[in-house]
Order: sequence, then structure tokens, then C-alpha cells
Amino acid sequence: MRRQLEGSRAVAEAVARCRPEVVCAYPISPQTHIIEAIGAMVRTGAIERCEFVNVESEFAAMSVSIGASAAGARAYTATASQGLLYMAEAVYNAAGLGLPIVMTLANRALGAPINIWNDHSDAMSVRDSGWIQLFAEDNQEAVDLHIQAFRLAEELSLPVMVCMDGFILTHAMEEVDLPSQAQVDDFLPPYSPRQVLDPADPLSIGAMVGPEAYTEVRYLAHLRQLDALEAIPRIGTEFAAAFGRDSGGLVHPYRTEGADTVLVAMGSVLGTIKDVVDDQRDVGIPVGVVGITAFRPFPFAAVRAACQGAERIVVVEKAFSLGFGGVLSSDVTMAGAAPHHLVHSVIAGLGGRPITKAAIASLIERARRGEVGSLSFLDLDEDLIAGELARMAAERRSGPVAENLLRDLASAPHRSRETGRA
Amino acid sequence: MIPVPTPVRFYQVGSFAVGNRLLDPDQRTVQADTARTNSLDSGHRACQGCGEALGARYVLDTAMRASDNKVVAVNATGCLEVFSTPYPESSWRLAWIHSLFGNAPAVATGIAAAMRAKGRLDVRVVAQGGDGGTVDIGFGTLSGMFERNDDVLYVCYDNEAYMNTGVQRSGATPPAARTATTEAVGPAPGNPFGQGKDLPRIAMAHEISYVATATVADLHDLEAKTIRAMAHRGARYLHVLVPCPLGWGAASKDTIRLARLAKETGLFPVFEAEHGEVVSVAKIRHKTPVVEYLKAQRRYAHLFKGDHQDVIDQLQALADRNVGRYGLVDPTSADAPQLTED
Repeated sequence: MRRQLEGSRAVAEAVARCRPEVVCAYPISPQTHIIEAIGAMVRTGAIERCEFVNVESEFAAMSVSIGASAAGARAYTATASQGLLYMAEAVYNAAGLGLPIVMTLANRALGAPINIWNDHSDAMSVRDSGWIQLFAEDNQEAVDLHIQAFRLAEELSLPVMVCMDGFILTHAMEEVDLPSQAQVDDFLPPYSPRQVLDPADPLSIGAMVGPEAYTEVRYLAHLRQLDALEAIPRIGTEFAAAFGRDSGGLVHPYRTEGADTVLVAMGSVLGTIKDVVDDQRDVGIPVGVVGITAFRPFPFAAVRAACQGAERIVVVEKAFSLGFGGVLSSDVTMAGAAPHHLVHSVIAGLGGRPITKAAIASLIERARRGEVGSLSFLDLDEDLIAGELARMAAERRSGPVAENLLRDLASAPHRSRETGRA
Repeated sequence: MIPVPTPVRFYQVGSFAVGNRLLDPDQRTVQADTARTNSLDSGHRACQGCGEALGARYVLDTAMRASDNKVVAVNATGCLEVFSTPYPESSWRLAWIHSLFGNAPAVATGIAAAMRAKGRLDVRVVAQGGDGGTVDIGFGTLSGMFERNDDVLYVCYDNEAYMNTGVQRSGATPPAARTATTEAVGPAPGNPFGQGKDLPRIAMAHEISYVATATVADLHDLEAKTIRAMAHRGARYLHVLVPCPLGWGAASKDTIRLARLAKETGLFPVFEAEHGEVVSVAKIRHKTPVVEYLKAQRRYAHLFKGDHQDVIDQLQALADRNVGRYGLVDPTSADAPQLTED
């Protein structure tokens, strides 16, 4: 049924139709609306046979999910940003134990400075944890990916993180086609665990493993991640057959045929980029975009194939590794997507800064003129940075950087972000 | 309200041990039962004289009997976890999971929630950890589990320091004790006074239905408290003093003796509480000066080199405070404080 819904509400409804048995909730913006809606549905009985646990921290949220999943229950939780960092130890543990927990990550920047707005720094921080990480482009895909995530997780005995951009998607009202309970029941069988805590058939889970087998345990976990490269498109195809909608899969190429310049991105910014690609194609500029849905496992072959023939790859990414550069672009480079050309990493949209059509259009223009380096920052305020560098050079006790920059912006309103610098 | 146990006069054998055969069958120990489950089976790698291994075996076998063998156990990281599961060997003969150091209470909550969702209320959840996993790193998840009154029995095996990592100080390390991070050097050797958490009292402050302390010196009492804990639903807490020969610098043969001295000195009060109120207390039978307890342990050896009588007096004062607070000495006994008139 098509309904006008907030993204968080739509995801909550989708999770509800997946019949979770234990849902853990610890509030953090911008995830709150999801767990609030699920909590209400458990109370009214709209979700049957489900325990909704208000925990005292994200560390507990993931830990309760671990216990529930190990006891054979379908477990779900949601978090963002600092919450993901706070639960990081348990995030790794859930993957190491092979527990098919599904978690929504309402992508948000990491502090300090504290910032509640969207980027992908949180997801990148646990990219090596062993979780499958899927990125939704819009709220319809967020709905669809959650339904597929439970299938995928339980089939492979691996946890799945569905990443959706905080606020941009979680708080956006969009028309969404919500599948019926019967449709989801047909698609998603009851959870049949590979391992379970059962007093009638006792086993020990979580034993210590020394040098004699640790490498092999990790290697097998890697193999299961690689299994997901086969399972994700297969489940996506099954989903399309059942629900009549293409959602999921590994990558989504858009107008890449004959493109000399291919942009690569994840999440909601793909919508903006597609609009720009359409505009440019209208005037005969051969550009395309590849959306990556499956970030972990990383679909090397699919990315390589999707970028085939491009002269240059421009990765627009909402996170970076300090002292290194782009994370996604590093993976794209590893994929050999542009064997004879540089992959350009463009860091954009950090901490919720809007990525405008104008900025993307300008980026494409400069990239095609060869004016974009290997690492650049979209819409970087050079004056602001120069001012702080000068202050730091002038005196040792120059004060906290974040506060200095805000004061500079406040005292020079003509330089504020409102001007929409490109 | 739990009735205060009626004192039973046992045939004394020079210790507090009692011939099990003299008891009514239903009062005999779980361990004496040939049908006991051996939940923590022999062959594990605990040190000789490990109090934790002893306590865990008694608690879990009793919990198994009380639940018709339907226990799922959760273990925090620590000695008990490491010595029991060096794979491919496991000493656990019950459903058992280890996740992390600080999350055993939360994992237990998850299992209890799963069982409730599945209508399996017959399955009982027991979580366990050492004092570090309980009073320090696991404190947040433990308090959350208590506060929500989740249906979990949590058992802390308290050996008063991080023994698994090499005897470092925890929030349960007593004053003056030497550990690897509170060395017996400097002007105030050992662990400082005025620090540490009294977790049984913190548990009581959560108003959970059952809190008890016990030691491995009185295993019959430990079993009885486990049975009573299992009779309750919701969050319950059992705090068991388990001497550690390695960490305390004590002889392996002295584990039981030290546990008994901890209780008989008053340093470790043994009691039960329901809904935040103390309902029974194990009285001290022979009030013993703390020095008897201290001098048997190398972690206190620095107190007996040079003049540290003031420190010993401070420890005695802590023991006496427990005696007063919990009424550990029967007023009619010779050990009771004498009222004087002047």
C-alpha cells in the first residue's frame, strides 16, 4: 500500500512486518522515531510476541540483541553516530559470534565537535567489524532493504546493518509502498538459527580461540561475507519478483553507458547526483553515476564492471579517514575500477552540509577539465581555515578550534554557509 | 519475607562441616546427589584451591536442580570463562555463552527476553562474572538489568581483584590489600581506604526482590541461597566471596579457611535481603580479630613489616562496623559488645 510516511515510520512498519521477537531501544538522534514507533506497536499488540526492551546504553542495546539472537529470537535494534561507537565492542562481538541481528544505522557525524547531522563517518568506523553494510538511497529502498536484511542475515548467520542517511531520509516525508504482512510472511520464513542456546541441547558459545585456529575462524567469517556477494543480488531478484520493485543488489549504475566521467556515491546523495547527471546528459555531457548499495562485503567485480570504460572516476563520499583520505574511494581504487586513471576522492556533506546540485555540476565540470586532485573537499571554506591557521601560528593558547570557527562565522555573517558557496 | 533459618545442632567434627547423612533427604546438599548435573565439569584449568570454580559449580548445579535442568548461563570474560573453555575443551555441561567482559547482564536480559517472547518461561537465565566484570566494567549493564527487573539471577564471584589479568585492583579490592596496581610501596602501601563499591547494598538500593551474600566456606548456605534466589522471578543478585590463592598470596589449602575467617571477622557480612530490606543474617560464631585473617595472606604481608598497627586497627574498625550494621554477633554470645555503665 502506498502511503505518505516519514522515513523512520516507514522503516518501523517494515521491521514490524518482519515479526521481530526482541527489539532493544536506546534513544539517539536521528534514530529515535524508529524505536518510538516500534515501541508503540509492541504496546498495542500490532507486533505480536515481541519484547521491547528499553536499555541503559547502546552497549546494552547490542548486548541484549546478542543474547536474544543467541537464544534463537529475531533481534533488531537501531542506532547512530556516538551510539554506534559506544556499542562498537559488541558490534564486533555480534559478528564474531555469527548472530543475524539487523540494525538500522541512521547515519550521523561523529564528535567532537558534537554534530547531530548526517554523514557516513559512523558506518565507516565499523566497516571492518564483519557486519554486512547496506546503504539505502531513499526511503522506499530503506523499507525494502530491511525486509531483505532479515532474510540475508538469517540465511548467512551474519548481522546486517541497514544504513540510511540521518534526517535526510529518517525525517523525510515520502511516498512509500509498504508491503503487506502476508507478502512479507511469504518472503521471510521464521528464523531458524544455526546455533542456539537450548537447555535440551546444550552447547558452549563464545569460547576462547588461540593462535591455532583464530586465523581460520576469521577466514571463514570472511568467506561468509563473500557468500553475501552472491546472496545479496539473489535475494534482491527474489524480492523484485515478489514485490515488483528493484531494490537492493550490490550496485546501481545510472546512465553510465558511454560515460567518460562516472561518479560513485552511497546513500541519499545519489538522488541529487542523478538529477545533475540528467541535466548534463540533456546537454550532451557523457556522465553517469554508480550507487553502491553493498559497502560490506565490497562488490569489487560489480563496481569494476559498472565503471567500465570511464576515463575518470569521481567518488563523492561523506566520510574520510583523517591522515589518509577517502575510504570509499580507496575501496573503489582497490576494485581496479579505473586501472589507467586516478580515482578522485571528493569529501562532501560532512556533518550535514548540504550537497547542492550546483556543487556537483561544478565538480563534474572541473573533473572533466582535469582540475580535481586525488583528494579534495567540496565547498571547503578556505578563508575560515586560513583565519584559524593564522591564529594558531600567532599564539600558543589559541583556544578550541571549533569555537573559534563559529565565532569567526558569527562575526562575519557575509561568509556564512547561507551564501551557498560552490 | 524469608523466615530466619532455625539453628540446627549438628554433630560437630571440629569444623562447621556436617555429616550430610544426618540431614533429612530434602536438606542434603545438591553436590551430594549422584544425579547432580556437574554443570562445571572436572578437568578445567582453574588453579588449585580456586574459590571461584568451587562456588560456580555449587551455584549452577543448584540452579539446574531448581529449574529441572533448564538453565542458560551467561559468563562475563574472566578467570571462570578462560579456565572453563580453552577450546576444543569446554567444562560446561549446560547451555553457556560468553560474549564480552562488561555485558553479561545485558546478554542475560536478551536471553530472558527471547524466552519470554517464545513463551519459554521454564528456561531460567543465570549470569555470572568476577568482581571486575560486576562492580566495574559490567556495572552499567548490571544496574540496567536490576532496574528493569529482568528475569535474571546474577552471580558475582568476588575474589577482590582482576585475577585473570594478573591481580590488578578492582572496585572490590579491600583497603590496604596489595595488588599489581596498588603495590605495597610508598607511605601508604596497598589499596587506599575510603574507596570501593559495596555491591550487595547497591543491588538492594535497586529494590530487587532478592539479594544475598555467601562464601565458599558454607557451601550448604550457598546452595540454600541459590534455591531461594531461583524461587524468585525478576532480577536477583548473589554475591559470593571466593578466595583466590594466587591473588591473595594464600595457600591453596586455605581457601575455605580464609572464606570462613572473612565472615567470622565481620569483614564480609553474610546476609539475605528482600526488596531492599535485610531479612536474615548469618551470625558470627566465633568473633575473630581481623589480624588472624590478614596474616594468612601475602597481599597484607606489608602490614606486618614495621609498625602498621594503625592500618590493622582501621581494618578492624571496618569489620566492627559491619558487625554493628548487620547485627552479626548474637547479643547473648560472649563476643557481643559489653555494655558498661559509668
